[in-house]
Amino acid sequence: MRVGPTFNVALRALRRNKLRSVLTALGIIIGVGAVIAMVGIGNGAKAQVEAQIASLGQNVILIFSGSTTSSGIRTGWGGAGTLKIEDAEAIRREVPGVIGVSEEVVSTTQVAAGNQNWFTRIYGESADYFDIRQWPLADGAPFTSQDVRSANKVCVIGRTTASQIYGNENPIGQILRIKEVPFTITGMLTPKGLSTQGVDQDDIVIMPYTSAMKRVIGGTNLRNINVQIADPQQLEAAQQQIVSLLRQRHNIRPGRDDDFTVRNQQEIAQAATATSRVMTLLLGAIAGVSLVVGGIGIMNIMLVSVTERTREIGVRMAVGAHGTDILTQFLIEAVTLSSVGGVIGIICGIGASKVLSAYANWPTLISISSVAIAFLFSAAVGIFFGFYPARKAAALDPIEALRYE
Amino acid sequence: MNNGAIVSLIDVHKTYRTGEMEVLAVRGVSLEIKRGEFVALMGASGSGKSTLMNILGCLDRPTTGHYILDGADVSRLDRDRLADIRNRKIGFVFQNFNLLPRTSARENVELPLVYSPQRLTHSELREKADRVLVSVGLAGREDHYPSQLSGGQQQRVAVARALINQPEVLLADEPTGNLDSRTSVEIMAIFQQLNERGITVIMVTHEPDIAAYAKRNVMMRDGVILNDHLVSQRADAASQLQNGTPRPLSAPGTDLTM
Repeated sequence: MRVGPTFNVALRALRRNKLRSVLTALGIIIGVGAVIAMVGIGNGAKAQVEAQIASLGQNVILIFSGSTTSSGIRTGWGGAGTLKIEDAEAIRREVPGVIGVSEEVVSTTQVAAGNQNWFTRIYGESADYFDIRQWPLADGAPFTSQDVRSANKVCVIGRTTASQIYGNENPIGQILRIKEVPFTITGMLTPKGLSTQGVDQDDIVIMPYTSAMKRVIGGTNLRNINVQIADPQQLEAAQQQIVSLLRQRHNIRPGRDDDFTVRNQQEIAQAATATSRVMTLLLGAIAGVSLVVGGIGIMNIMLVSVTERTREIGVRMAVGAHGTDILTQFLIEAVTLSSVGGVIGIICGIGASKVLSAYANWPTLISISSVAIAFLFSAAVGIFFGFYPARKAAALDPIEALRYE
Repeated sequence: MNNGAIVSLIDVHKTYRTGEMEVLAVRGVSLEIKRGEFVALMGASGSGKSTLMNILGCLDRPTTGHYILDGADVSRLDRDRLADIRNRKIGFVFQNFNLLPRTSARENVELPLVYSPQRLTHSELREKADRVLVSVGLAGREDHYPSQLSGGQQQRVAVARALINQPEVLLADEPTGNLDSRTSVEIMAIFQQLNERGITVIMVTHEPDIAAYAKRNVMMRDGVILNDHLVSQRADAASQLQNGTPRPLSAPGTDLTM
């Protein structure tokens, strides 16, 4: 009812104790700033992870060989060599909705050209691979299905490998010796940057899997098969069909474990984003603790202030202030401290995360909702921690308060 | 009972309970004060005069009995209603001034208006406060903080604050207790001037010299009224000041009625 004048009274009281008000608000400034910056870092990391997961390709099913338990020893993904080229062909032929299949073998080895050499990863893939991974070439052309059928000595290379071997020279058309076998470079991939595990995805040589198996790695087993499905609605069904097809082909009796592992990209994405969500929560919680500490600071100062200003409260009551007027006055003081601190904290938090992105190269993402929540939370902290001192002030007996020394 | 009486107490008792002990602070006081009176309430400490003062000031309620202020029984009102009565009908002057520190004289005087039902604009508040400050002889001191004012000046700010809502009753609790004798006389001169303009003044004091400025003295002892008499040889503060060091309180012709 008399909030207007009471508001002025409260602001005047804060101005009378400038240093104290600033120091009290500092607790909230640091708390809110920390929440904004930490959640910004967490969200930035999450967004980056999501972008990287998306770069795996859309509607992709990954089939890994292995996890055999035949001897009681589990070998893990890609370990047992149970996937054959014929399995991939069967999937291509029999599973509906499949638009791309890439047989994959992986190795690491030394590659050389001229007097330069470099240790890098060799991926053997089918011609569908670039579509499945949505990984276009920056320059040149990919190898073709014909190259795969004939096991031609052609490859495409990543930006990192290219610059290590050729420096600034154009690698297209150059000869790259891989295990002393000369390969012609037909194209260079667009850079992808670091993977979620921190691996440089551009440090790579990709060649037909047939060439890799015949000329570089040897063996007849695939490490995994990448399958792309046309329609996300069909993903589940296709995954089940792949499982039953492979069980049938591998003669696995009902009740026995699969000798392969099927994952779809959504599952991988969920696992990865869950990790970064936990990180965001953790960072936010730690920062939240400092916000609570800031709130306790407000409560502490408000209690001191009520004691110090007992006579003032007595005078105000003597000249006609109701208990609610006094309550409102002290609550407004507390909420002003916390919400002004909150606004400054938000500005500082955004500033801090900008500095972190600029100098430490950490991606940060400030969302409107995190700013709104931080502000509302800081105001709520003011109400919560201001209420007890304010109620204490309002409950004072004017006679006692006037006599207080 | 409403025969011109602004204040009437009818068989008022006040009992405090401190632990097991019952303290009978006021036991059966009946008192009638008419509009325009200037009463000094006297008595030693523990006589119950402060308790009676708190009841008269609507800061406290009697345990039994009735308090009729300006025709209305206020002895059973709740905290908030009592606060409203204090705001509209009573002006307080305290022994230790009780001004808000680091707050200008003007803002101190405006204080009761903050809690008043009438809504004034900022400039109206200011104008009103300044007028009352001038009337107590503080023209030019409007922006001073209490720490920049002498004791007498601070008490005058307090008087101005008490007057701003045009109260029925001015209640003063040992108003000269913290002042030297000359300043005390100055404050008494203001009280006498106000009283002549028709404001009822009730003042607690234990000094007979100060009580002599009132028109009527009420003596208390052990929670009851010992005697109640009109002052026969009333002291006139204004003429005392003129006979002493001539220093006018306020400009001649100052209007105390606002």
